[in-house]
Parts: sequence; structure tokens; C-alpha cells
Amino acid sequence: MREFSFHRPQSLDETFDLLERYGEDARPIAGGTALVILLKERLVQYEHLVSLRGVPGISGITVDADGLRVGGTATHRAMEVSPEVRGGWPLLTETYHHVATVRIRNSATVGGGLAHGDPNQDPPPSLIALGATVKATSRAGVRTVPVEELYRDYYDVALEPWEIVTEVVVPPVPAGNATAFIKFLPRTANDSATVSAAVNIRAANGKCEDARVGIGAAGPVPIRARKVEDALRGQDLTPAVLRDAADLAREEVDPLDDIRGSASYKRDMAAVITRRAMEQALQREQA
Amino acid sequence: METIELTVNGERVQRDVPSYRTLLDFIRNDLGLTGAKEACSVGVCGVCTVLLDGAPIAPCITLALQAHGRSITTIESLASADGTLHPIQEAFVRYGGFQCGICTPGQIMSAKALLDTSPRPSEEEIKDWMMGNLCRCTGYYKIIESIQRAAEQETVRA
Repeated sequence: MREFSFHRPQSLDETFDLLERYGEDARPIAGGTALVILLKERLVQYEHLVSLRGVPGISGITVDADGLRVGGTATHRAMEVSPEVRGGWPLLTETYHHVATVRIRNSATVGGGLAHGDPNQDPPPSLIALGATVKATSRAGVRTVPVEELYRDYYDVALEPWEIVTEVVVPPVPAGNATAFIKFLPRTANDSATVSAAVNIRAANGKCEDARVGIGAAGPVPIRARKVEDALRGQDLTPAVLRDAADLAREEVDPLDDIRGSASYKRDMAAVITRRAMEQALQREQA
Repeated sequence: METIELTVNGERVQRDVPSYRTLLDFIRNDLGLTGAKEACSVGVCGVCTVLLDGAPIAPCITLALQAHGRSITTIESLASADGTLHPIQEAFVRYGGFQCGICTPGQIMSAKALLDTSPRPSEEEIKDWMMGNLCRCTGYYKIIESIQRAAEQETVRA
């Protein structure tokens, strides 16, 4: 790493001053677990790091009429242990627990993880399935971006250099919705998934009223599997319907060959894991 | 260069560091506390584990600058001044929780954080918490057993 200036703004205003002044030469840092690796490996270089740690008001986890409000610098660990999250959004308790190891979760932040744009991460599919939105904030104001629209390409998110993620908002999950998240990883438990899937299904009398499906680690971005969702809506949730709908995941993903699996294997597994997530969600809800 | 002030094992420390210095390099080289080791350098293996404000972190992927105004705890703080081992260290010795020892400071610091959080963990909880601390020698069973025994001891003590 080369020397850089390390700034400690004590307010959002100060943060925006710095980001506007230095533009692409600056990068916000919260936990730093991804950024410091990139700096050490010399994959990126910045003349200015802007630490968000001292900025008040963006690290809490609260609940109000809009739902769950997670500050951008709340840690993964805070999500994992939060009674508010477990009470209303247990899918997120489980999902955030899956990330890496407890050491990483103690440092890595919710907003920082999303801003990093790694499509293999665990939270995005579950956030997509729950209809979460990101508040991208700058001096000009706040843009609300659905999580599935945040990702453009590998490590490329729809955030300007002068914006930071101040909050993630997750709407309340209607009582009776069936949710599940499955992280399929044949290798060590602290790795990224070969493919992951999260589902959020509302059904009445065995018929699907609405569905949201997020799939991760199966392409350059985490995706919202709309074809799968469309194949569920209005249908009786029989095993055949689940299987046929989950099969459409093959058309929605765009995986790469890598050490976690070949592209064709990931494509096959996307269908399998999506179906298993649906089955697990519906079984849990009936229980 | 920037000046950082932090608490290390209960004592106030002030040093000048270059911006790029990792917290692990700071602990080992600037402070001479070589209990925490470096192996993978990317936060995966756990041999560098120290506690930051009581919580286990990977100092190899943390900047020293990020520890300014905070408190770190390393393996060197566990034994008493007269050399009496901490119950967790004692358990690792008695129950064979280490062989070559290189992962051991990290294992013990992670275990300490676990028992501070959850004094009577189940075997599943231990495995789940400790999975980020890799060991090439022991095959893990003795590590798990050492932690279970240490937990029993601490419960008896308390």
C-alpha cells in the first residue's frame, strides 16, 4: 500500500465535503474488511480514505412503521444478534449469521458490504427477497434504490463517489409469509456460496398470492428471479409447480466457471437450491 | 505518518504510524507483541485474532489507524503477572489443545471472546464460533474439548 490521507469526519456534512472534494481519489471506509484486502493486494489505490466510524446516526438498528431501518455502518454482527431483527425478520438473522466468520462480522458493515458490490455475498438475495431498499445519500439528498437495482456488474454498484449508504430499509414481512435462505457451499463453511437462494412467498389456501426470489453467487450481480416469481403467482403450490418454477432459474442466472463450480454446475444448482428454498420455506410456515 | 492513541492490554499507548500499517503489523512490530501471528493475510485463517473493544477481529485486514481511540486485547494479557495461566490457557495445556502452537494464540483469544459472550456454549455453538480459526495439527477435537473444559472450570469458579 502507498501512503494515503485518513480522514475522520464527525458528521455527514463533513463526509460529503471530503467525498466531493476528492472524488475518485477518495473512498469511504467503514469496517474495511474488503477494502483493506484490495489495498494490500494493490488492486485499488486511493489517496484519501474517509472513515465513516465517527459519523453519528448511521449505525443503529431500529423498527418503525416503515419496517426495519438498518444504519449503513451497522455491523453484520449487530444484525445477527439484534432482537428486533430476530423478532420481525428472522430470515436476516440467519442470513447475516452465515457471512464468513465472527471476526469478519464484527467489523464488516451492512452498507459497506452492499457498496462493495461482490455478487457472491450472502445478504443480497435475502434483502432482495424481502424487498429491501438502500438509501444512497449525498448533499443533494437521498435516493432510494431497491437492492436488486443497486448492482450493475462485478464490484460495480449504482453509487456515485459522493454518495454513501446511510440506511437499508426492509419492509415488514406479512404474518404467514414463508421465507427461507439456503447457502449452498460444498467447501468450507466460511467461504462464499456456489449458489444461494432466498424466497419470500405469500400463499392462501395453498395458492400463491405473491412471491419474491433472490439468487446470489450465480453471475456478475445478485438477481431478482422474476421469471421464477411469475411462474408461482396465482398457482397452487404443488411440488410440480415449485419444480417447474425453480427450473426457470436456469434462464435467469449467468454464472462463471470458478473454484466453487463450473458455470453449468452452478446453473443446475441454481434450479435445485431455489426449489429447496421454496420447499423449506413452505414446510416451515406450515409447521 | 499519523499519531494514534489506544489502549493495549489495559495500558494507554501512543505511537506514530504510516497510514498503510495494518493493526497486526503494529501489534507485532511497533509494540513487540508477537503472540498474534500472520499466516493468510486476508482475514480467513484466524491466527491473528485479537480482541478490539472485546470483540474478535482480524487485525491483518484492519488498519492501525482504525484502532485509534479504541481498546485492544492480545494473548499476552491473559496470564497473571506472576505467570499463572488463564483458565482457557490452562485447559489447552491440560487437554492437548495445541501441537505446534502457531494457531493457538488466535484459538485462545477467539475462545475467550466466546466464553465472555456465552459462558456455557454447546458443542455446536463452539464449532460455529470457532470455525474461523484454522489448525493444521490437532484435527480440532482437542481444541473443542479444551474450550468445553475451560467453560466448566469458569462456571465452577463463578
